[in-house]
Amino acid sequence: MGQIEWAMWANEQALASGLILITGGIVATAGQFTQWYLGAYSIAAGVLVCLLEYPRGKRSKGSTMERCGQKYLTRVVKLFGPLTRNYYIRAFLHLGLAVPAGFLLATILGTACLAIASGIYLLAAIRGEQWSPIEPKPKERPQIGGTIKQPPSNPPPRPPAEARKKPSEEAAGVPTGGPQENPMPVNDEVV
Amino acid sequence: MMGCWILNESLSIILVLSWLGVNLYLFINTFYWYEEEESFLYTRVILGSTLAWARASAVCLNFNCMLILLPVSRNLISFMRGTSACFRGPWRRQLDKNLKFHKLVAYGIVINATIHVGAHLFNLEHYYWSQSPEAEGLVAALSKLGDTPNETYLNPIRTFHTNTITELLTTIAGITGLLISLALILIMTSSTEFIRQVSYELFWYTHHVFIIFFIGLAIHGAGRIVRGQTPESLLLHNITLCRDHPEEWQVRCPVPQFSGKEPSAWKWVLGPMVLYACERIIRFWRFQQEVIITKVVSHPSGVLELCMKKRDFKMAPGQYVLIQCPSISTLEWHPFTLTSAPQEDFFSVHIRAAGDWTEALCKAFGVEGQPLKEPWSLPRLAVDGPFGAALTDVFHYRVSMCIAAGIGVTPFAALLKSIWYQCCEAQTQCKLNKVYFYWICRDPGAFEWFADLLLALETKMSEQGKAHFLSYHIFLTGWDENQAFHIALHWDENADVITGLRQKTYYGRPNWNHEFQQVAFSHPSSNIGVFFCGPKALSKILQKMCRVYSSADPRGVHFYYNRESF
Repeated sequence: MGQIEWAMWANEQALASGLILITGGIVATAGQFTQWYLGAYSIAAGVLVCLLEYPRGKRSKGSTMERCGQKYLTRVVKLFGPLTRNYYIRAFLHLGLAVPAGFLLATILGTACLAIASGIYLLAAIRGEQWSPIEPKPKERPQIGGTIKQPPSNPPPRPPAEARKKPSEEAAGVPTGGPQENPMPVNDEVV
Repeated sequence: MMGCWILNESLSIILVLSWLGVNLYLFINTFYWYEEEESFLYTRVILGSTLAWARASAVCLNFNCMLILLPVSRNLISFMRGTSACFRGPWRRQLDKNLKFHKLVAYGIVINATIHVGAHLFNLEHYYWSQSPEAEGLVAALSKLGDTPNETYLNPIRTFHTNTITELLTTIAGITGLLISLALILIMTSSTEFIRQVSYELFWYTHHVFIIFFIGLAIHGAGRIVRGQTPESLLLHNITLCRDHPEEWQVRCPVPQFSGKEPSAWKWVLGPMVLYACERIIRFWRFQQEVIITKVVSHPSGVLELCMKKRDFKMAPGQYVLIQCPSISTLEWHPFTLTSAPQEDFFSVHIRAAGDWTEALCKAFGVEGQPLKEPWSLPRLAVDGPFGAALTDVFHYRVSMCIAAGIGVTPFAALLKSIWYQCCEAQTQCKLNKVYFYWICRDPGAFEWFADLLLALETKMSEQGKAHFLSYHIFLTGWDENQAFHIALHWDENADVITGLRQKTYYGRPNWNHEFQQVAFSHPSSNIGVFFCGPKALSKILQKMCRVYSSADPRGVHFYYNRESF
């Protein structure tokens, strides 16, 4: 169990809690329950949590599956710098957001889930995990002339290039090595 | 034959629709019962139709919770497969989709739980309001019932000087409801595909919270707070006359009496819970059985081969076992396909280090450069299984195409060995008389252990005069310029330069259209089984090929697609 990145699970749990808070809040507000203003609060808190948690952080090793369309939110979340990078801050933020919703029955499940997510984030923070954005890989611009190797330094017939040492060892009779020594003088006969 | 083909593809759809149909039937039936039933008329006066919503979703929850443990009872499924009289052909293939069904039922549970919780939130709120001093008429009269000694109560909330949260937390139904909802949410968030990839252990351990879920579910209704009028009271108290005059109840109508509904969830889930408990006991018993490790081989690219023996172990090619190594982890069982043939007196698995547990196992068995281990210092292993999978069907077709991508070759290793043994025994007649085998692989180093097998098979087949029985094609998809030059220089030689086999290795991915066309052309009126083990993307391509190249003529060539997955 030692290699688990707890923040990954905390992220899933927090996102789910956000959705549950929103749902509970809608039920309480639409039904005009007693203290329904807490329902309105929990919708707002749920939306905030969802927006914060939607962009998945990068795993420390291995590749991370991005959520659909998360790059726009990643840019926004990145803006807050250490506030969103640090998991201690996230843990306490979630705990703080969860508490008022705990006073209304419809959102008590959301509170419990968000509190659990906060606990897992705390564990992740203690283990030194951090949120890092998933950056899109910069498009590799084709380097003009990059694949053109050194032009040949001697006229044909040429031996196979130095790089082809392995096959040239097998195939007998093919000379290796540097520039060709012509057995007889070669003249350029162009008039 | 064509009906069979349609049945193949649509049996899954039919089963899903049946499941959905039963759910809808239970929901709608229960909904209307609670909306129309006389004994709940007074309850409906306070609660409205959210009572029916809550009860209908509860019945669906009972149904789905009953179903959810069944697809993961591996020994039960193996047992059902073994009774081959009942489960032939397309039905057998459905048994391979057990995990998909488990997930479908889980989604059903989540949807119904959401409806159930939402409806009960309204119910609690309505019960609370009906105790308020502003409530009047029938609602107020009903809520006051139970205050005097001879009366039974309808409203579980007895006073206005409380709040709904306190009321929830002082009832069995409330506490267990909160607990099982939390358990369900924890299970769901740790079971997403991403988390399963990040940490399979987290998924596996958290999933065991289902024990709390089922215990909570069984006692959820014990408080009996869903209350309806008793049958005796219905006879004495005429609802149509009395409902409009609640102030005259003490005088003219006898006061209605109520009783709580018996808990029914345990009746639905007791059977599957017992079955699943037996399943775990069987796994534990198998764990106790001794497994002797006869050979450990470390292959290139981090592949570990373990040959083992166990008493009364019988397998078929394509089956898998669950292996546990107590010195690494006491609770984890991991699945591995068997790579040996049933005719051998040992069974073997090939394991590649691809995660925490497999890496620890490879290290414990001394893979890659560690000093050789003495037989008595090897860690103890426990083996459960074998559990069945689709490859036993290969022998039921006259022509089979087996396609493996990368490490997906392991079930086919067992199969090819098994074919080899059956070819030796000239007395036994196989229905199968042609096998096309395609192996798509990135890393030539991974060829080594399988290349030996193919070489031995090649020799054996030509000795027996059955050189044309097995036709295999290896596709190397990861090659660089140097290799390409090397290969080009040796193209005209007899044996392949990388594998040493007589059939040449191809470079790049196979052209499936071309392959399927050739096979269809060579076997114009046969049923051809297509067996695949590997990534989903390729699976989709192959399914498409099977559809495209199966002829519409019932006497023409038909490709039947089977996929192996864990």
